[in-house]
Amino acid sequence: MTPKTEAELADAIASAKAPLRIIGGGTRPIGNPVAGEVLSTSALSGIELYEPGALTIVAKAGTPLAEIETALDKENQRLAFEPMDHRGLLGTTGAPTIGGVVAANVSGPRRIQAGACRDHMLGVRFVDGTGAILKNGGRVMKNVTGYDLVKLLTGSYGTLGVLSEVSLKVLPKTDTQATLMIHGLDFAHAVKAMSAALGSPYEVSAAAHMPDMGHGAVTMLRIEGFEKSVAYRAEQLMNELAPFGDITVESDPAKSGKIWTASRDVEGFQKADGDIWRISVKPTDGATLAAKLGTDKLFMDWGGGLIWAVMPKGTDLRAKMNGTQGHATLIRADEATRAKLDVFHPELEPIAKISAGLRAKFDPSGILNPGLMA
Amino acid sequence: MEMPAPNATILSKKAKIVERLQSVLPKDAVIHDEAETRAYECDGLSAYKCPPLAAVLPSSTEEVSAILKICHEEGVPVVPRGSGTSLAGGALPTADSIILGVARLNDVIETDYENRVIKVQTGRTNLSVTGAVEEEDFFYAPDPSSQLACAIAGNIAMNSGGAHCLKYGVTTNNLLGVTLVMMDGTITELGGAHLDAGGLDLLGLICGSEGQLGVVTEATLRILRKPEGARPVLMGFDDNEVAGACVADIIKAGVLPVAIEFMDRPCIEATEAFAKAGYPMCEALLIVEVEGSDAEIDEQLGLIMQIARKHNPVELRESKSADESAKIWLGRKSAFGAMGQINDYMCLDGTIPVSSLPFVLKRISEMSKDYGLDVANVFHAGDGNMHPLILFDANKPGDLELCEALGADILRLCVEVGGCLTGEHGVGIEKRDLMVDQFAADDLENQMAVKDVFDPTWLLNPAKVFPLEASEARRAMALAAE
Ligand SMILES: Cc1cc2nc3c(=O)[nH]c(=O)nc-3n(C[C@H](O)[C@H](O)[C@H](O)COP(=O)(O)OP(=O)(O)OC[C@H]3O[C@@H](n4cnc5c(N)ncnc54)[C@H](O)[C@@H]3O)c2cc1C
Repeated sequence: MTPKTEAELADAIASAKAPLRIIGGGTRPIGNPVAGEVLSTSALSGIELYEPGALTIVAKAGTPLAEIETALDKENQRLAFEPMDHRGLLGTTGAPTIGGVVAANVSGPRRIQAGACRDHMLGVRFVDGTGAILKNGGRVMKNVTGYDLVKLLTGSYGTLGVLSEVSLKVLPKTDTQATLMIHGLDFAHAVKAMSAALGSPYEVSAAAHMPDMGHGAVTMLRIEGFEKSVAYRAEQLMNELAPFGDITVESDPAKSGKIWTASRDVEGFQKADGDIWRISVKPTDGATLAAKLGTDKLFMDWGGGLIWAVMPKGTDLRAKMNGTQGHATLIRADEATRAKLDVFHPELEPIAKISAGLRAKFDPSGILNPGLMA
Repeated sequence: MEMPAPNATILSKKAKIVERLQSVLPKDAVIHDEAETRAYECDGLSAYKCPPLAAVLPSSTEEVSAILKICHEEGVPVVPRGSGTSLAGGALPTADSIILGVARLNDVIETDYENRVIKVQTGRTNLSVTGAVEEEDFFYAPDPSSQLACAIAGNIAMNSGGAHCLKYGVTTNNLLGVTLVMMDGTITELGGAHLDAGGLDLLGLICGSEGQLGVVTEATLRILRKPEGARPVLMGFDDNEVAGACVADIIKAGVLPVAIEFMDRPCIEATEAFAKAGYPMCEALLIVEVEGSDAEIDEQLGLIMQIARKHNPVELRESKSADESAKIWLGRKSAFGAMGQINDYMCLDGTIPVSSLPFVLKRISEMSKDYGLDVANVFHAGDGNMHPLILFDANKPGDLELCEALGADILRLCVEVGGCLTGEHGVGIEKRDLMVDQFAADDLENQMAVKDVFDPTWLLNPAKVFPLEASEARRAMALAAE
């Protein structure tokens, strides 16, 4: 099913008798396997409003992300949360949609400074499991009118409702960027260095660490802004971080940019064999956890707070976290493994009860991506 | 403003309820004497008052849990309270309710500079969170004007903002985790020191839920290193529209100021008379502040002034020192005080798309004439969050009602142009009945269904946020069950 209007979408859901598998561009097949008829939002497409002076864009959920990025680019603006492109990692093709970005709360390296997708969401329109067309939030930047269901829907992977329209806050692009690279650090020192950088006044917009996988370990810090300011902050940071080791600077913005697209899309692991996990922890725990996991295929983003790990097929990585606060998501694995291990981290009992209660309200007959999250 | 009639059964068993609460709390933590409960009869929306049945002041999450368990068993409504500065009547009690105040829960649990987080009990005031990390040059970014008094608990419940949220976001963007006590006494944790709590974004849902889904006793907040410096530029314009265009141009040019504040003529006149900040008398005044090192500030202010000059400002005053900055901010910071000197005032909080600013200001001034009440506007121009201040005389019969009617019309106007009823103060009782102007019946039903999940018997802050008719069936069910 590929409804062309919000009303058609509502009809399709209202008359559905069996589970639906909801997709946007189909480039992010994340979650427990779902059996059901495919419902695609790809025909709900088009930018409905873009006001650069108000930093706001409103688009139908199936609008290709590329179309949005092109429109923003013309006005020298961007989605500041830097959404990851999952195609390389998940081996998918097709065109990512803005609705898919929102449904999976997809963010990138700049998340530590600018916030996640959810922090840039202003409003949603969606259809719940009964076929009712609902809205929450709006198109303005500050809005506390009623409950924030915009955040609830963001990252709900189509399990609470099918998004038909999303409004987002956009931000100006920065003039230029540079990347500082500290060479040869282990995890513990890398996290210390990243913490020092992120705790400095120099507005680091990304901090990642690649351990030694044949080319030497490198800890990377991005600075963005006006040219003189970037140069100034890079120099200040070099001085502050000098005790950590050898530092080089990539000040060619194109090359610096490439470093961060590669980090964003986890390019290093795209061809790796095994399951791919994404772990969110307190940065200093990231350093300890890295040692516990028993794999050398690890990559740290978000100053150590986000770990990408390649594990042998079928390994329950969560068992190795023993007690570390945070959560691990099994991003890439075959269906059998995903069905066995649960893609999303098991929740505390009271939270699981609330989540189930919310799903029962939004989707009483359990037809929207049932079981995808839990 | 109508409030539901108190439940006679609850009133009649006050002694038993108080006794049960006393059995789980220290003696001085249960306030039930009628003279003393008056201290909790209202919040910042002081036109409405009603002493609660009793007020309790727990000192731990476990005590909060014990209180809620008792109230749950007895079917007593609970109104959570931080510092009581809500401008929306969010913490207004009913006669049959218990005020649960978190003021004694004010400890810092952990400061962690390496991970850039602080964990506090939520009764701690906003400013004293920054106070706890200032020594290391860190700060907590959301800065409501009430930050000296308001508590993190209220900030989370209202998703409060501040002058600097254009750059740093509001409460929800700086909140990483909470300890939540549910109405049945269950204690649970959402999120923590890591980013993006897993599963559904319940943390995002709790923030801004106005004390209706659970009581928040602890919070993990993001702290940031202070910028090297900050300085504003002040600009005056002959025309609102031109000022609005200037704001849009600044934003489009790629500078992201930390704050862009706007004041209109009535507001400038009032604050000048009060604070004598030396503001130019003009139609619109902007204060634009940027951060960084001295050289970085110079560069950004240079660019901003270049843009401003294209719009023929009547005044352009760049701050070169801390003293000059303070002078520029003086008037803005005393705007509310200045209004208070002139008269009683009501502060609205609607948000509009920045592009409709000139139209909205024109309509407000027309409405102000129609109603015969003066309105002054100060607002966060970068994000369209307006604060029209309606002046009225509380001692003049009918004036409050007139003022409320004008306020409602202005808020409806905000919705009409594509904005919303409240940008940072919350709905509370104040905007409860206007919710139907922004939301369809299905949208409200959907939100109320969320409350059903967290608080099936509708005991937490029940008469807020939703129009009374809309929530009536649910509140009645709670009474019947009791
Ligand atoms: C002079 C003045 C200036 C202001 N400026 C701003 C501003 O710039 N920006 C802004 O956003 N607001 C502003 N406000 C409004 C107000 O200060 C904020 O809404 C603030 O967050 C309220 O905090 P509080 O602790 O006083 O909460 P209260 O008034 O006590 O309560 C507010 C709401 O929170 C709920 N609540 C309290 N504690 C808890 C808890 N532990 N768990 C769950 N729910 C709870 C209450 O039930 C109520 O609904 C201003 C108010 C005044 C008087």
